[in-house]
Amino acid sequence: MMKPLLLRARGERNSRSLTTYLRFGGYGAVKKALIMDARDVIKEIKASGLRGRSGAGVPTGLKWGCVPKASGKPKYLICNADESEPGTFKDREIIRVDPHLLLEGMIIAAYAIDAHKAYIYIRGEFFHEAQMLEHAIGEAYRKKYLGKNILRTGFDLDIYVHRGAGAQICSEETALIESIEGRRGQPRLKPPFPAMAGLFGCPTIVNNVETLACLPHILENGADWFASIGTQESTGTKLFSVSGHVESPGVYEVPLGTTFREIIEDHCGGIPNGRELKAFIPGGSSAPVLTAAEIDTPACFDAVAKAGSTLGSGGLIVMDETVDMVWVLENLLEFYAHESCGQCTPCREGSAWALNILRRIRCNQGCPEDLETLCRIADFACRGMTICPLGDAFCEPIRSFLDRFGGEFRAAVTSGNPPRVVKAPILPTRRDQSMFAKPGTESC
Amino acid sequence: MSQDQTPPLTVASHDEVKEIHFDGEMEDRIKNILGRYSETQAALLPVLWACQERWGWISAGIMEAIAERLALSPAFVESVVTFYTMFRSRPPGRFHLQVCTTLSCRLCGAGPVIDELKRTLGIDFGETTPDGRFTLSDVKCLGVCGEGPVIQINDDYYTRLNTEELGRLLDEFK
Repeated sequence: MMKPLLLRARGERNSRSLTTYLRFGGYGAVKKALIMDARDVIKEIKASGLRGRSGAGVPTGLKWGCVPKASGKPKYLICNADESEPGTFKDREIIRVDPHLLLEGMIIAAYAIDAHKAYIYIRGEFFHEAQMLEHAIGEAYRKKYLGKNILRTGFDLDIYVHRGAGAQICSEETALIESIEGRRGQPRLKPPFPAMAGLFGCPTIVNNVETLACLPHILENGADWFASIGTQESTGTKLFSVSGHVESPGVYEVPLGTTFREIIEDHCGGIPNGRELKAFIPGGSSAPVLTAAEIDTPACFDAVAKAGSTLGSGGLIVMDETVDMVWVLENLLEFYAHESCGQCTPCREGSAWALNILRRIRCNQGCPEDLETLCRIADFACRGMTICPLGDAFCEPIRSFLDRFGGEFRAAVTSGNPPRVVKAPILPTRRDQSMFAKPGTESC
Repeated sequence: MSQDQTPPLTVASHDEVKEIHFDGEMEDRIKNILGRYSETQAALLPVLWACQERWGWISAGIMEAIAERLALSPAFVESVVTFYTMFRSRPPGRFHLQVCTTLSCRLCGAGPVIDELKRTLGIDFGETTPDGRFTLSDVKCLGVCGEGPVIQINDDYYTRLNTEELGRLLDEFK
């Protein structure tokens, strides 16, 4: 097993303190970066192949490169610590173990894009974690790693913690920006992308905690070293938050490309009570579910995409043979119906509608047409029909659960139902409207 | 389950927060918050947090006072308060129990814990016990899925609960 990078301080005494961080060679990467040309820093990150760890997997260097050089406006860096997709709890671990690693990453990122103000947007529930960050920021200011003229290089940076207040949608970058600006967290239409016009209308880069925590390691050891870990397209290590039916759930750091079998069986000790694996969700609740047969898929962006899912945030939810998949889908839809911000009709109405259907099926009042309606909702509310990806986020589970565990759903709607009087309305499919026509797409 | 006892919330009565004027201490906090942002409106969430910390909930009177201080309309402040689930627009009990009901916690046995909780307290989600001690809410993912089932009591997380553990926990708060 590889030595952990991002969680190297886990298990150390006072791992959060600056003293411990310095003992690990902390803030060495900043010393290196601040005397480099900012363009070279971006080049180095590009060469490392680092991809965003929040879900979409956008190459970090590429994102930074989009910031206009001479817009005359201040630039902002935002650290997205609003992890709230069910099954994901890795960023909390980084903050609890090693907040200075995150701060050092932020200094490097801010230097690369020439930002002098940075915000850490942390979810409201993480009250203690926000305090840990405040404490670490205080330590860094005292030792001149933050503030004016950092390490006498002439670079200034202030970092502030901004607490969210319980809206999952704010983990979407434009909703997060709205939320910092003091509004309801409703996503903005893109373009313009935040890199052009983000916080207060200024160029803004939003990076995930884990992404930023990778930066000091890359600067310290070089892009080639980082690129040598993992696979060709997915470089570096990745934190997987494993929950559900495993012997020892928790956050595990493995090189990208490690198979899910290794993660579930070797790292997490397998399925408890001698039961068999039934299914797992590889990348947080919005990622399509995979079956036990796909356990040998390597956990990297491309292989998981090939298997029909996404690596997402690395929130691995494991389910054993006793789990009722209809119940699971109902639970997930409950989440999405609750968290829809209400802006776009397909998401607001679609998620609630799908949830109603699932509830009906679970009350033994379903009918076969219900499954068709679910498919149509899933077909209708995704792929660009909503402003933000939350539309897709609730459609993907519906599609994948019906696809892979359709038998259970069919059994649930046919077994001994009382005849139904009212027929559920049926959405038009995309084929009914020429603007949505896409030849050869049948989702279920 | 490793924390010290969670302190109770300060919950202001309706009368106390009918009309609010920020005192010097609050004014200092607001000034400090304003210094972090280039636009006044951005201070709204942090100021709401400061007020909720002080009074336990956000009354109409508090919203009006914030609106005036930050030069916003009261309706706008209310629209923000009602969007975010963590801002309470009604007074809670002194201990606000928030139970995660999302998938990972459910897989690890949150169901029986929730039933036991409702039975012991004699209230359903969204209700407060008659003595004003406990408010029970269901919440979506708290972000500690690996340690489920989880309850958040005020600002603290209590993890890996089962029905016996829960009984012991509630006894501590009685």
